[in-house]
Amino acid sequence: MITTTHYLMLSLVLFTLGVIGMAVRRNFITVLMCVELILNAANINLIAFSRQLGDLTGQVFAVFVITIAAAEAAIGLGIIVALVRLKQTTNLDQVNVMEG
Amino acid sequence: MTWFVVHFAQIVFYCLAACAVAGGVGVIAFRSPVRAALSLLATFLAVAGLFVLMEAEFLAAVQILVYAGGVMVLFLFVIMLVKARTMPEESQYLGRLAPAAVCLGVLLAVLVGVGVWAAAHGAPADPAALRQVQGVPLGNTEAVGWSLYRDYLLPFEVVSIVLLVAMIGAIVMGRKETGKEGGA
Repeated sequence: MITTTHYLMLSLVLFTLGVIGMAVRRNFITVLMCVELILNAANINLIAFSRQLGDLTGQVFAVFVITIAAAEAAIGLGIIVALVRLKQTTNLDQVNVMEG
Repeated sequence: MTWFVVHFAQIVFYCLAACAVAGGVGVIAFRSPVRAALSLLATFLAVAGLFVLMEAEFLAAVQILVYAGGVMVLFLFVIMLVKARTMPEESQYLGRLAPAAVCLGVLLAVLVGVGVWAAAHGAPADPAALRQVQGVPLGNTEAVGWSLYRDYLLPFEVVSIVLLVAMIGAIVMGRKETGKEGGA
Protein backbone atom coordinates (compact mmCIF):
# COMPACT_ATOMS: atom_id res chain seq x y z
CA MET A 1 0.00 0.00 0.00
CA ILE A 2 1.40 3.38 -1.01
CA THR A 3 0.42 5.94 1.57
CA THR A 4 0.37 9.72 1.38
CA THR A 5 3.56 9.71 3.48
CA HIS A 6 5.41 7.99 0.63
CA TYR A 7 4.47 10.82 -1.70
CA LEU A 8 5.36 13.42 0.93
CA MET A 9 8.84 11.93 1.28
CA LEU A 10 9.40 11.89 -2.48
CA SER A 11 8.19 15.48 -2.68
CA LEU A 12 10.55 16.43 0.15
CA VAL A 13 13.51 14.93 -1.72
CA LEU A 14 12.63 16.77 -4.94
CA PHE A 15 12.10 20.05 -3.07
CA THR A 16 15.42 19.73 -1.26
CA LEU A 17 17.23 18.98 -4.52
CA GLY A 18 15.68 22.11 -6.02
CA VAL A 19 16.70 24.30 -3.09
CA ILE A 20 20.26 22.91 -3.09
CA GLY A 21 20.50 23.55 -6.80
CA MET A 22 19.30 27.13 -6.43
CA ALA A 23 21.93 27.77 -3.76
CA VAL A 24 24.84 25.97 -5.42
CA ARG A 25 24.47 26.51 -9.15
CA ARG A 26 25.32 29.90 -10.60
CA ASN A 27 23.89 29.39 -14.06
CA PHE A 28 20.61 31.29 -14.41
CA ILE A 29 19.12 28.58 -16.65
CA THR A 30 19.89 25.84 -14.11
CA VAL A 31 18.39 27.96 -11.32
CA LEU A 32 15.16 28.26 -13.33
CA MET A 33 15.13 24.47 -13.76
CA CYS A 34 15.45 24.12 -9.99
CA VAL A 35 12.38 26.34 -9.58
CA GLU A 36 10.50 23.92 -11.84
CA LEU A 37 11.67 21.02 -9.64
CA ILE A 38 10.31 22.79 -6.54
CA LEU A 39 6.95 23.48 -8.19
CA ASN A 40 6.72 19.82 -9.23
CA ALA A 41 7.33 18.80 -5.62
CA ALA A 42 4.50 21.12 -4.55
CA ASN A 43 2.21 19.54 -7.15
CA ILE A 44 2.94 16.04 -5.87
CA ASN A 45 1.94 17.19 -2.37
CA LEU A 46 -1.26 18.82 -3.61
CA ILE A 47 -2.38 15.74 -5.51
CA ALA A 48 -1.37 13.32 -2.74
CA PHE A 49 -3.55 15.19 -0.26
CA SER A 50 -6.32 15.53 -2.85
CA ARG A 51 -6.31 11.74 -3.08
CA GLN A 52 -6.26 11.29 0.68
CA LEU A 53 -9.09 13.74 1.36
CA GLY A 54 -11.17 12.73 -1.66
CA ASP A 55 -11.39 16.44 -2.54
CA LEU A 56 -10.76 17.80 -6.04
CA THR A 57 -9.56 21.20 -4.80
CA GLY A 58 -5.96 19.97 -4.68
CA GLN A 59 -6.07 18.96 -8.33
CA VAL A 60 -7.59 22.30 -9.36
CA PHE A 61 -4.82 24.13 -7.52
CA ALA A 62 -2.25 21.91 -9.20
CA VAL A 63 -3.65 23.12 -12.55
CA PHE A 64 -3.10 26.69 -11.38
CA VAL A 65 0.43 25.89 -10.20
CA ILE A 66 1.28 24.40 -13.60
CA THR A 67 -0.07 27.53 -15.32
CA ILE A 68 1.94 29.86 -13.11
CA ALA A 69 5.03 27.70 -13.64
CA ALA A 70 4.65 28.05 -17.41
CA ALA A 71 4.28 31.83 -17.09
CA GLU A 72 7.30 31.96 -14.79
CA ALA A 73 9.40 29.94 -17.24
CA ALA A 74 8.46 32.24 -20.12
CA ILE A 75 9.30 35.39 -18.11
CA GLY A 76 12.50 33.90 -16.71
CA LEU A 77 13.77 32.85 -20.11
CA GLY A 78 12.85 36.28 -21.49
CA ILE A 79 14.99 37.79 -18.73
CA ILE A 80 17.85 35.45 -19.72
CA VAL A 81 17.68 36.58 -23.33
CA ALA A 82 17.68 40.25 -22.26
CA LEU A 83 20.54 39.56 -19.81
CA VAL A 84 22.71 37.87 -22.39
CA ARG A 85 22.14 40.80 -24.73
CA LEU A 86 23.17 43.22 -21.96
CA LYS A 87 26.07 41.42 -20.22
CA GLN A 88 26.97 38.42 -22.42
CA THR A 89 26.69 36.04 -19.44
CA THR A 90 24.17 33.87 -17.62
CA ASN A 91 26.31 33.63 -14.46
CA LEU A 92 24.31 35.08 -11.58
CA ASP A 93 27.43 36.13 -9.64
CA GLN A 94 28.33 38.54 -12.43
CA VAL A 95 24.90 40.15 -12.40
CA ASN A 96 25.31 42.49 -9.42
CA VAL A 97 24.36 45.86 -10.90
CA MET A 98 22.15 46.57 -7.89
CA GLU A 99 24.88 45.56 -5.42
CA GLY A 100 22.50 43.21 -3.62
CA MET B 1 4.19 -14.15 -9.90
CA THR B 2 1.34 -13.47 -7.48
CA TRP B 3 3.77 -11.43 -5.40
CA PHE B 4 4.48 -9.33 -8.48
CA VAL B 5 0.78 -8.78 -9.14
CA VAL B 6 -0.01 -7.94 -5.52
CA HIS B 7 2.83 -5.44 -5.23
CA PHE B 8 2.55 -4.02 -8.75
CA ALA B 9 1.55 -0.51 -7.63
CA GLN B 10 4.45 -0.37 -5.17
CA ILE B 11 6.94 -1.54 -7.79
CA VAL B 12 5.70 1.13 -10.20
CA PHE B 13 5.83 3.77 -7.46
CA TYR B 14 9.42 2.99 -6.51
CA CYS B 15 10.58 2.86 -10.14
CA LEU B 16 8.96 6.21 -10.93
CA ALA B 17 10.22 7.77 -7.69
CA ALA B 18 13.75 6.58 -8.48
CA CYS B 19 13.49 8.10 -11.98
CA ALA B 20 12.22 11.39 -10.57
CA VAL B 21 14.97 11.63 -7.95
CA ALA B 22 17.67 10.59 -10.42
CA GLY B 23 16.45 13.28 -12.81
CA GLY B 24 16.49 15.84 -10.01
CA VAL B 25 20.05 14.89 -9.08
CA GLY B 26 21.00 15.19 -12.73
CA VAL B 27 19.57 18.71 -12.93
CA ILE B 28 21.91 19.98 -10.23
CA ALA B 29 24.87 17.69 -11.00
CA PHE B 30 25.36 18.17 -14.76
CA ARG B 31 27.51 21.08 -15.82
CA SER B 32 26.05 21.18 -19.31
CA PRO B 33 22.64 22.94 -19.39
CA VAL B 34 21.42 20.64 -22.17
CA ARG B 35 22.05 17.54 -20.04
CA ALA B 36 20.43 19.24 -17.04
CA ALA B 37 17.36 20.04 -19.16
CA LEU B 38 17.08 16.44 -20.35
CA SER B 39 17.36 15.22 -16.74
CA LEU B 40 14.56 17.61 -15.88
CA LEU B 41 12.52 16.04 -18.69
CA ALA B 42 12.99 12.62 -17.04
CA THR B 43 11.71 14.07 -13.77
CA PHE B 44 8.67 15.59 -15.48
CA LEU B 45 7.75 12.30 -17.14
CA ALA B 46 8.22 10.32 -13.92
CA VAL B 47 6.05 12.81 -12.03
CA ALA B 48 3.38 12.46 -14.72
CA GLY B 49 3.47 8.70 -14.13
CA LEU B 50 3.05 9.30 -10.40
CA PHE B 51 -0.01 11.44 -11.15
CA VAL B 52 -1.52 8.50 -13.02
CA LEU B 53 -0.74 6.32 -10.01
CA MET B 54 -2.58 8.84 -7.81
CA GLU B 55 -5.60 8.64 -10.15
CA ALA B 56 -5.18 12.21 -11.41
CA GLU B 57 -5.19 11.35 -15.11
CA PHE B 58 -6.12 14.83 -16.30
CA LEU B 59 -3.16 16.37 -14.49
CA ALA B 60 -0.83 13.72 -15.87
CA ALA B 61 -1.88 14.75 -19.38
CA VAL B 62 -1.47 18.45 -18.53
CA GLN B 63 1.93 17.74 -17.00
CA ILE B 64 3.16 16.07 -20.20
CA LEU B 65 1.64 18.67 -22.53
CA VAL B 66 2.71 21.79 -20.64
CA TYR B 67 5.97 20.72 -18.98
CA ALA B 68 7.44 18.06 -21.22
CA GLY B 69 6.01 19.74 -24.31
CA GLY B 70 6.01 23.49 -23.77
CA VAL B 71 8.38 24.43 -20.96
CA MET B 72 11.07 21.95 -22.00
CA VAL B 73 11.10 23.18 -25.60
CA LEU B 74 11.37 26.73 -24.27
CA PHE B 75 14.36 25.79 -22.08
CA LEU B 76 16.18 23.97 -24.88
CA PHE B 77 15.47 26.80 -27.32
CA VAL B 78 16.90 29.42 -24.97
CA ILE B 79 19.95 27.23 -24.19
CA MET B 80 20.57 27.00 -27.91
CA LEU B 81 19.93 30.73 -28.39
CA VAL B 82 22.32 32.03 -25.73
CA LYS B 83 25.01 29.35 -26.31
CA ALA B 84 25.24 28.78 -22.53
CA ARG B 85 27.05 25.48 -22.86
CA THR B 86 29.33 25.22 -19.87
CA MET B 87 30.66 27.87 -17.58
CA PRO B 88 32.72 28.22 -14.40
CA GLU B 89 30.55 27.24 -11.51
CA GLU B 90 32.33 28.37 -8.37
CA SER B 91 29.85 30.34 -6.33
CA GLN B 92 31.38 33.33 -4.57
CA TYR B 93 28.62 33.88 -2.04
CA LEU B 94 27.85 30.39 -0.76
CA GLY B 95 29.12 31.18 2.77
CA ARG B 96 26.49 33.88 3.18
CA LEU B 97 23.73 31.33 2.77
CA ALA B 98 24.47 29.45 6.04
CA PRO B 99 21.89 31.30 8.23
CA ALA B 100 19.28 30.98 5.50
CA ALA B 101 20.03 27.25 5.22
CA VAL B 102 19.54 26.76 8.97
CA CYS B 103 16.23 28.68 8.96
CA LEU B 104 15.04 26.75 5.92
CA GLY B 105 15.98 23.44 7.50
CA VAL B 106 14.00 24.19 10.67
CA LEU B 107 11.00 25.43 8.68
CA LEU B 108 11.10 22.40 6.41
CA ALA B 109 11.31 20.01 9.38
CA VAL B 110 8.23 21.61 10.96
CA LEU B 111 6.28 21.55 7.69
CA VAL B 112 7.17 17.93 6.95
CA GLY B 113 6.25 16.96 10.51
CA VAL B 114 2.83 18.57 10.16
CA GLY B 115 2.34 16.98 6.75
CA VAL B 116 3.28 13.50 7.91
CA TRP B 117 1.04 13.91 10.96
CA ALA B 118 -1.86 14.95 8.75
CA ALA B 119 -1.18 12.10 6.35
CA ALA B 120 -1.05 9.55 9.15
CA HIS B 121 -4.08 10.75 11.09
CA GLY B 122 -6.54 11.68 8.36
CA ALA B 123 -8.98 8.99 7.34
CA PRO B 124 -8.24 7.83 3.79
CA ALA B 125 -11.08 8.86 1.56
CA ASP B 126 -12.92 6.98 -1.14
CA PRO B 127 -10.93 7.48 -4.36
CA ALA B 128 -14.15 7.27 -6.36
CA ALA B 129 -15.00 10.78 -5.11
CA LEU B 130 -12.29 12.13 -7.44
CA ARG B 131 -14.16 11.00 -10.54
CA GLN B 132 -17.72 11.91 -9.66
CA VAL B 133 -19.72 14.87 -10.89
CA GLN B 134 -22.47 15.52 -8.36
CA GLY B 135 -22.53 11.90 -7.34
CA VAL B 136 -22.53 10.55 -10.90
CA PRO B 137 -19.36 8.61 -11.73
CA LEU B 138 -17.99 10.07 -14.97
CA GLY B 139 -14.21 10.55 -14.99
CA ASN B 140 -11.36 12.53 -13.58
CA THR B 141 -11.26 15.05 -16.44
CA GLU B 142 -14.99 15.73 -16.17
CA ALA B 143 -14.76 16.11 -12.40
CA VAL B 144 -11.80 18.52 -12.56
CA GLY B 145 -13.49 20.54 -15.30
CA TRP B 146 -16.71 20.73 -13.31
CA SER B 147 -14.85 21.98 -10.25
CA LEU B 148 -12.70 24.38 -12.29
CA TYR B 149 -15.58 26.03 -14.15
CA ARG B 150 -18.07 26.14 -11.29
CA ASP B 151 -16.28 26.58 -7.96
CA TYR B 152 -13.07 28.20 -9.21
CA LEU B 153 -14.24 30.25 -12.19
CA LEU B 154 -12.88 33.57 -10.90
CA PRO B 155 -9.35 32.25 -10.09
CA PHE B 156 -9.41 30.57 -13.51
CA GLU B 157 -10.09 33.89 -15.25
CA VAL B 158 -7.45 35.66 -13.13
CA VAL B 159 -4.90 33.02 -14.17
CA SER B 160 -5.74 33.69 -17.81
CA ILE B 161 -4.94 37.39 -17.23
CA VAL B 162 -1.66 36.37 -15.56
CA LEU B 163 -0.77 34.29 -18.62
CA LEU B 164 -1.58 37.20 -20.94
CA VAL B 165 0.59 39.58 -18.90
CA ALA B 166 3.43 37.03 -18.80
CA MET B 167 3.23 36.59 -22.57
CA ILE B 168 3.37 40.35 -23.21
CA GLY B 169 6.20 40.71 -20.69
CA ALA B 170 8.23 37.95 -22.32
CA ILE B 171 7.75 39.52 -25.75
CA VAL B 172 8.77 42.97 -24.50
CA MET B 173 11.88 41.63 -22.77
CA GLY B 174 12.94 39.39 -25.61
CA ARG B 175 12.54 42.11 -28.22
CA LYS B 176 15.57 43.77 -29.73
CA GLU B 177 16.20 47.29 -28.49
CA THR B 178 15.37 49.71 -31.29
CA GLY B 179 16.59 52.95 -29.74
CA LYS B 180 14.65 55.95 -28.51
CA GLU B 181 12.39 56.39 -31.52
CA GLY B 182 10.22 53.55 -30.19
CA GLY B 183 8.30 51.04 -32.20
CA ALA B 184 9.64 47.66 -33.11
